[in-house]
Amino acid sequence: MINYAVDSDGIATITWDMPGRTMNVLNEGSMAAFADAAQKAVKDPAVKGIILTSGKADFIAGADLEMILNVDTSDAKALTEQFSQLQKMFRAMETSGKPWVAAINGTALGGGFEICLACHYRIAADNPKAKIGQPEVKIGLLPGGGGTQRIPRLIGVMAAAPVLIEGKDLSVAEAKGMGLIHEVVPAGELLARAKAWLMAPSTEKVSPTYTKGVTLDARAVQPWDKPNYRIPNFAGGKVWPGGVEMFIGGNAMISGKTNGVYPAPKAILSCVYEGLNVPFDTGLKIETRYFVSLLRDPVSKSMIRTLFFGLQEANKLARRPKGVPKQEYTKIGVLGAGLMGAGIANVSARAGLSIVLLDRDQASADKGRAHIQADVEKDAGRGRLTKERAAEILGRVKATADYADLKGCDLVIEAVFENREVKAAATKQAEAVLAPTAIFASNTSTLPITGLAEASARPANFIGLHFFSPVEKMPLVEIIVGKQTSQETLARALDYVQKIRKTPIVVNDSRGFFTSRVCGAFISEGHRMLKEGIPAAMIENCARLAGMPVGPLALNDEVAIDLSYKIMDQTRRDAEAAGQKYEGSGTEDMLELMVKKLERFGRKNGKGFYEYPADGKKRLWPGLKEHFKEREELAHGEGPAKDAVAAEVKKRLLYVQAIDTARCLESNVLTDPQDGDIGSIMGLGFAPQTGGAISLIDQVGIAKFVQECDSLAQKYGSQFAVPKLLRDMASKGQSFYGAKSKAA
Amino acid sequence: MTEAYIYDAVRTPRGKGRRDGSLHEVTPVRLAVTALQALRDRNKLDTSLVDDVVLGCVMPIGEQGANIARTAAVMAGFEQTVAGVQINRFCASGLEATNMAAAQVMSGQSQAVIGGGVESMSRVPMGSDGGAWPVDPAVAIPMYFVPQGISADLVASKYGFSRDDVDAYSVESQKRAKAAWDAKYFKKSIVPVKDQNGVELLDHDEHMRPQTTMQSLASLEPSFKMHGEMMPGFNAVALQKYPEVEKINHVHHAGNSSGIVDGAAGILIGTKEFGEKAGLKARARIRSFASIGSEPTIMLTGPAPASEKALKRAGMSTKDIDLYELNEAFAAVVLRYMQALNIPHDKINVNGGAIAMGHPLGATGAMILGTLLDELERRGLSTGLATLCIGAGMGTATIIERV
Repeated sequence: MINYAVDSDGIATITWDMPGRTMNVLNEGSMAAFADAAQKAVKDPAVKGIILTSGKADFIAGADLEMILNVDTSDAKALTEQFSQLQKMFRAMETSGKPWVAAINGTALGGGFEICLACHYRIAADNPKAKIGQPEVKIGLLPGGGGTQRIPRLIGVMAAAPVLIEGKDLSVAEAKGMGLIHEVVPAGELLARAKAWLMAPSTEKVSPTYTKGVTLDARAVQPWDKPNYRIPNFAGGKVWPGGVEMFIGGNAMISGKTNGVYPAPKAILSCVYEGLNVPFDTGLKIETRYFVSLLRDPVSKSMIRTLFFGLQEANKLARRPKGVPKQEYTKIGVLGAGLMGAGIANVSARAGLSIVLLDRDQASADKGRAHIQADVEKDAGRGRLTKERAAEILGRVKATADYADLKGCDLVIEAVFENREVKAAATKQAEAVLAPTAIFASNTSTLPITGLAEASARPANFIGLHFFSPVEKMPLVEIIVGKQTSQETLARALDYVQKIRKTPIVVNDSRGFFTSRVCGAFISEGHRMLKEGIPAAMIENCARLAGMPVGPLALNDEVAIDLSYKIMDQTRRDAEAAGQKYEGSGTEDMLELMVKKLERFGRKNGKGFYEYPADGKKRLWPGLKEHFKEREELAHGEGPAKDAVAAEVKKRLLYVQAIDTARCLESNVLTDPQDGDIGSIMGLGFAPQTGGAISLIDQVGIAKFVQECDSLAQKYGSQFAVPKLLRDMASKGQSFYGAKSKAA
Repeated sequence: MTEAYIYDAVRTPRGKGRRDGSLHEVTPVRLAVTALQALRDRNKLDTSLVDDVVLGCVMPIGEQGANIARTAAVMAGFEQTVAGVQINRFCASGLEATNMAAAQVMSGQSQAVIGGGVESMSRVPMGSDGGAWPVDPAVAIPMYFVPQGISADLVASKYGFSRDDVDAYSVESQKRAKAAWDAKYFKKSIVPVKDQNGVELLDHDEHMRPQTTMQSLASLEPSFKMHGEMMPGFNAVALQKYPEVEKINHVHHAGNSSGIVDGAAGILIGTKEFGEKAGLKARARIRSFASIGSEPTIMLTGPAPASEKALKRAGMSTKDIDLYELNEAFAAVVLRYMQALNIPHDKINVNGGAIAMGHPLGATGAMILGTLLDELERRGLSTGLATLCIGAGMGTATIIERV
């Protein structure tokens, strides 16, 4: 696992090479083995210097996240002890009196780079694929191996911020430019250069703080252990007063960027601020205490579970029916060359597929192809694609108005107008030329797949592939399985989604499927709040402060208010036609007012909940205040009473989505909680700090969630009515993820 | 409870708080000494009757550090038995010092105490003392810290004051200050600052810009727009606490905010018996006072609840107050106060305020209380209320009644 060798010049080389893994990671086993090797090197009087390197293509990828996910967080004192071990080992390296060199052959992330920072010198191979950085913040954690202390002491707080707080991945060249790496050399010279640095004659002696007067070769002493150390780029080399302005600004930036929902960036800034005010070893203790606080915060585990393991499993097609041979795609058809169709064609062509992009006439089809051309040329202009590759992608897209061109397609995705008759005609015309085995998919966002499949001669091959707009940016595809859709079709559709490098979730057919339905619940709650006299700005801001990308009113303006009206109207008619009682959302009158009386349809006619001045940014329509009078204590209130309303607004906007997601699980629209979590975050931008709409319920605790929803239902209506599934789970003390070691 | 009476109130003129200000060459100790000696000399005060000197000072470091109140009492040549204590209630320090002086008297523990304050903003600049509140991430982030200018713009945005509203208020403040100086309304309190040879350095408030008009103010750029919208983006912090506000409208600038100045003030407070012993006639009695905490991010809306608390304690209502003084930290602060308590403009800051004459942080509270007393006497009115908004969300108010 950790190879140890000493050469005749007294240079020890410690090589990380964990068996059975493609990447080295820091876990209990590898850390213990490394500690043994390190101790051997330090104790052996024949060893003059130590090289740290890797036997794999990359250096060390970081800590084993499974270990982090499974850690028992109940005993804070024990955790503090446990998670200070890595730091102690690293600290022992840099204060051993012997010089250490990190020979970084490839990617070194997280703890894998922190071990390099504990070396006195860092040389990297000029490997263009290598990534250097501290990505811990992206999963709600912080670099707990001394990273928050060493990086700012090495390069200054301002330069450290993007590395620590944004978790930015750096190329080797960038890391060198920032001063995180001392040298970059050709890969073949890496070890020789590391040895040469160690073998060079000593030129300077210093007396570090920890030897109490004994002098050492300056090469074996870290900058922060040298006498008269000063923090870079702070006047006077100290936080007070030289760094004060920077922290004042940093606090505001972090507060604004995280909207108060992500604890990790705040904890990192605190580690830096508090740690730089005290000696290095005390700073390490501070780092561990904040690390433990993040481990014990449900946010980090939720984010790791969904955004790391959940995403990994979804991308590996966890829901794919077994025993179906993998479908290789070469040619697919896209019907409808509008924004969605062209987007689907674009991402598919970029994944190497040949595309037949069809619309009702050649000009419309050409327009879709022009969209792709503009997009690849933009990327070529920015150096993201080579000119050749851009031409190749475009060359694979054939724009046509002739259904005969679909011949030979393995899959056809229909993205035509959202109308049953238009879709039925497209289905029939396409199937007429397709092989009997070909899949026909509809990109409908609302119409039930089972109904659309009635137009198909082979409903077993008919499936829903719901893309999100803009297709190029949105990572999710919601796969909708109709009543007659075969398992084989599902498996093959999943193969397509994997091919175009999107993340799939699988849902069963129902009105609005999963994502559109939950999105509607979110928008309706915003409508209700407006009717209650909550200021529109508070609704919108609170949505963002709860972690949503936009507020419900802005979202409604984007999807069109008249569309919401039509859906509501259709639902009401359908219910009446079926002789059922229309339950209603309680916002019918508001939609009626906006659409029928005021003709405010949303962004599409420049008049919605917002107004869209030609000369500036959109702003809330002032007329809202006339039609929906703001509650006086909110307009003119300050302090705890108003804060409590804001807190409840945030809660309602998330809970109304979470409870609807739970209903989808109960009614088997969703078959796995993880699809609800991945789907809500990747499709709707649902508050990532929660780990998703189902994970949120676990975070809150099902029993407490049920209790809170009961009280919300009493105050605000049946949208918070608790499904039996949750009530049962609460009474049994269950949770969605609690018993699982990881989401599997 | 023993009654606390005001026997006298003095202040130095306010010098521009810059290197070219007339008082920049004067140390803060000498500014404070000027006020203390004036109280002694014009009242022929036997300082052995004074128990304590309470001085407000907001940047109590450097040459304003080490308890400037005690230093000033000794340097003023007061009896060595006179104690000294420096206090910091941010912008209301001068009024708080007066209230604490009154409290010592009312509680029967002191017979005479001088309250007041001093600040040389040109020599010990704002922000010199640092503090965890804006700097420490574990404090600043959960407290939603924003600088006062952002808070002032938030007050304007939330309560609906436009750039024209705040500018019009400021033009009026300049006009009133000019009229008051021209008519010598401040002469009772002003003590010119002199050098060691008795040569006068300053005898008037030198920050005033009486020629100010709506047009001249219109040319000023808002001061806090960049900090709010760009780097580092304090508006996003403010809106987390005030999500009901869509957008912060940046209306404040140097012309409608309080001026940065140097100065000191002192108020002599004592029991009835002290007055008899010292042969002094009481000018007013302290009816009540109060300090309150309010929401820290909007920060500057404390004067209304502080005033309400003081009124309630005095068994009074706003109708019972003849004149108000509210420190003009920012124009929107006064506009919000008038809106919240329904106070007409002709009863508040009738001789202008800090927008025209400046706000020497630690001293202002004592200065406006003196101004209020002078004006009540000049108009033959009875009751007045002085109040200030305060950093981190507080308010202090004092109600006096002429006797």
